[in-house]
Amino acid sequence: MTVAKPLPHDAAARHVDGSARYVDDIPVPAGTLHLCFGCARISRGRVTAVDLGPVRAAEGVIAVLTADDLPFDNDVAPVAHDEPLLSDGTVHYAGQPLFLVVAESHLQARRAARRAEISYEEETPILTVEQALAADSRFEEGPRVYGRGDVEAALATAPLVTEGEIEIGGQEHFYLEGQAALALPQEGGDMIVHASSQHPTEIQHKVADALGLPMHAVRVEVRRMGGGFGGKESQGNALAVACAVAARATGRPCKMRYDRDDDFTITGKRHPFVIRYRAGHDAEGRLLAVDFRQFAVCGWSQDLSLAVADRAMLHADNAYWIPTVRIESHRLKTNHQSHTAFRGFGGPQGMVGIERVLDHVAHRVGRDPAEVRRLNYYAEAEEGALSAPLGGSAASPPEDISAKKKDLQERRVTPYGQVVEDFILGGMTERLLETSGYHVRRARVAEWNARNEVIKRGLAFTPVKFGISFTLTHLNQAGALVHVYQDGSVALNHGGTEMGQGLFQKVAQVAAQVFGLPMAAVRITATDTAKVPNTSATAASSGSDLNGMAVRLACEEIAGRMAAFLAERHQAKPTEVRFRESRVEVGAESYSFAEAAKACWMGRVSLSATGYYRTPDISWDRIRGEGRPFFYFAYGAVVSEVAVDTLTGEYRILRADILHDAGSSLNPAIDRGQVEGGYVQGAGWLTTEELVWDDAGRLRTHAPSTYKIPAASDAPEVFEVNFWQAENRAETIHRSKAVGEPPLMLGISVLMALSDAVAACGPGYPALDAPATPERVLAAIRRVRGAA
Amino acid sequence: MTKVSMTVNGEAAEGEVEGRTLLVEFLREELGLTGTHVGCDTSQCGACVVHVDGKDVKACTIFALEAEGAEVRTIEGMANPDGSLNVIQQAFQDHHGLQCGFCTPGMVMSAAALLAENPKPSEHEIRDYLEGNICRCTGYHNIVKAIMAASGQDVSRIAAE
Ligand code: FES
Ligand code: FES
Repeated sequence: MTVAKPLPHDAAARHVDGSARYVDDIPVPAGTLHLCFGCARISRGRVTAVDLGPVRAAEGVIAVLTADDLPFDNDVAPVAHDEPLLSDGTVHYAGQPLFLVVAESHLQARRAARRAEISYEEETPILTVEQALAADSRFEEGPRVYGRGDVEAALATAPLVTEGEIEIGGQEHFYLEGQAALALPQEGGDMIVHASSQHPTEIQHKVADALGLPMHAVRVEVRRMGGGFGGKESQGNALAVACAVAARATGRPCKMRYDRDDDFTITGKRHPFVIRYRAGHDAEGRLLAVDFRQFAVCGWSQDLSLAVADRAMLHADNAYWIPTVRIESHRLKTNHQSHTAFRGFGGPQGMVGIERVLDHVAHRVGRDPAEVRRLNYYAEAEEGALSAPLGGSAASPPEDISAKKKDLQERRVTPYGQVVEDFILGGMTERLLETSGYHVRRARVAEWNARNEVIKRGLAFTPVKFGISFTLTHLNQAGALVHVYQDGSVALNHGGTEMGQGLFQKVAQVAAQVFGLPMAAVRITATDTAKVPNTSATAASSGSDLNGMAVRLACEEIAGRMAAFLAERHQAKPTEVRFRESRVEVGAESYSFAEAAKACWMGRVSLSATGYYRTPDISWDRIRGEGRPFFYFAYGAVVSEVAVDTLTGEYRILRADILHDAGSSLNPAIDRGQVEGGYVQGAGWLTTEELVWDDAGRLRTHAPSTYKIPAASDAPEVFEVNFWQAENRAETIHRSKAVGEPPLMLGISVLMALSDAVAACGPGYPALDAPATPERVLAAIRRVRGAA
Repeated sequence: MTKVSMTVNGEAAEGEVEGRTLLVEFLREELGLTGTHVGCDTSQCGACVVHVDGKDVKACTIFALEAEGAEVRTIEGMANPDGSLNVIQQAFQDHHGLQCGFCTPGMVMSAAALLAENPKPSEHEIRDYLEGNICRCTGYHNIVKAIMAASGQDVSRIAAE
């Protein structure tokens, strides 16, 4: 068995000795040129005059390109064709590329780019939700609305109504390897591009359009990224297209990597949101109706914002059944970087909204928030559930049972009509509250807080239910290409990209499993648009689900052909042929895999196959907000404890206990890494990672010196991560579950634990915005005290 | 342009550099030692850590000329003499102390410097020492564990596999 083993990352040995190559490490031909964008310094207006003379005269400069020099399409947008590579004279954000410098070295290009003299006619930028609403500056004609029932009527009759607002900041991806691309011109005008990209097919598409070529003339290769997190889904297009255009113009290879400040300044981030809520509930905290208004700050171009905002709506329920609900989503066009995909893709923002509601409601009714959360859960799935809190007793009369069944069925329906068939959080929560000692610790925290004036502690439990599949249904497809060579070695290729998440290793484990081979026999090759075409981005946590299946199908096709050939040779049935332990057994005969491969080749059997997979059972109408957008849900649960210094607002995460659902894990070690890293990244988003734009719309936090990413000492020292041992009910690859994005949302518990600690300082509700920086925590402490 | 010479991973290395050429550029571009990564360009992330005369230094904060005559060691020079992974490298692999791997060379170099000065660091000391090394992927837990393991300490307490 190679599947389910905790094997190291596929390139671990090359990472630890420095031989793993990223784009900037690929040896380049002599004469390679380097690029840098010259960027706008204002956030809205028009360029009135440009003097590029000093740029052209700078040392090492070979060429300077503006929009007028672009031979074909001036666009790098993933969807809407609204994002010029180089500005046509209109400026939409501070940092927007205006011209492109091509120079002999990276530093020469950078130095030259600073020398342009540009005059602008400035306009007042749109930078806040209020400004955007006042100007009706938005994508799509108006807000999208999903939901069910008459919310106003339900709120009017609810015993209690709790309302509020939360501001949720954006997040810089800070993939440790910045954006990078390299274009190598070929004979006949063809182009080869190496990109640090989650979406090679889109790079191919955009480069082809920019060069006026069909897609077959452009080949894009991605061996690995030094982190992606969604930030390399569309944001790498500009670099790849710039390199290709410059390579075409000069006939020389061209490379571009953003310096970290440029990366911060030019690329989009996680969408900042403001969420307003009105929740009707009873005295126990049972939700009766919720009205959400989500305001997504999208930045200047559409990018992936519609799908991001949709997913925020689709996670406005998280784990909770809300009888009557309305979710209104505004996608606001502002003069910021174009905000983009980031691990969770809007889901985390939607989830913070409802978690905030439950925290607020629990505070209002004076109950333990964990209990209020559980009270509102979707109905637990029937078979296989650990606890069955809602089942009827054997003595109940039959009509009672069917009424209960109907009630349960109703308690499974999401605001968008999908039935949650696999809800397991009841059981997971029970287990986690027990293993983490939640109730005992809750009492201890209360005791501590009663005795200590300065340091207050906070404890919070939060669940995660995350929908798996691209909500754009057609993206849920994948291809693979597998070769078995005559010496029995196997080469593997698929459309997924490796960004550290361990996809390549998991998929190789699947392939090795089919052939009964050790991992060393399977060669993982770089993602390549010439091998597998028309791929989707490696995103939406779908990498292993989609590519694992496609690879398995390709391997099974080859194994099937081998089995048929060998069976015939030995008068056996193909189904009796076994692939195990590097051998192929046919009845009493046994071949080494290499002998079998060679025999098949000599017998003129094709040992190469493609595999193709598309996710079944999904359909979605994003305008009406109805359907079954998700193949299944992935779950997680966490208890976090924090300590807050009430004199300064500073805090620490003391402990985190996580129970996560990865189905039957393809590789528990890799999945554990995703959970740990996701939690810390999610906690960083909601605590210290603060993006600050000034009144002129310039991003002032554009380096790690001013933008605080969690360091080793910020992660909790007590960090218990366990997996829920149950296979996926949906038929996924080896019944595993996607694990890339869901753990990020475990970080929400840290924000809620901070809220709990602040609430211990006074009678008011903390109403903490995110990121809950020490400054914000201190202000909240003052607020709750002031409420006395 | 000025001539610079130093010993890199035990071998003599020399080249022509500008006064403002950073050590990291010299290593990556002149010597082709691309295992030393540039993550931030501004001495924050630690992806570029190398050893200069045995001390851990961010190669983006020092000029190549400042390393004139020095003994420089990079990630490419960390393996055992027989070419096998050294104990720290092996521990990072065995304990899954990496995901995208971009921070890894710097982490290994910092860990080596720490263990040279403090062969049995506590978990707290490790976290403290890594303050200048950012990892965006792992959440640090497995990195800390790998360093504990490399120092010969029991890591079963830190987390089960
Ligand atoms: S590149 Fe040197 S510290 Fe980041
Ligand atoms: S493994 Fe990606 S930054 Fe550390």
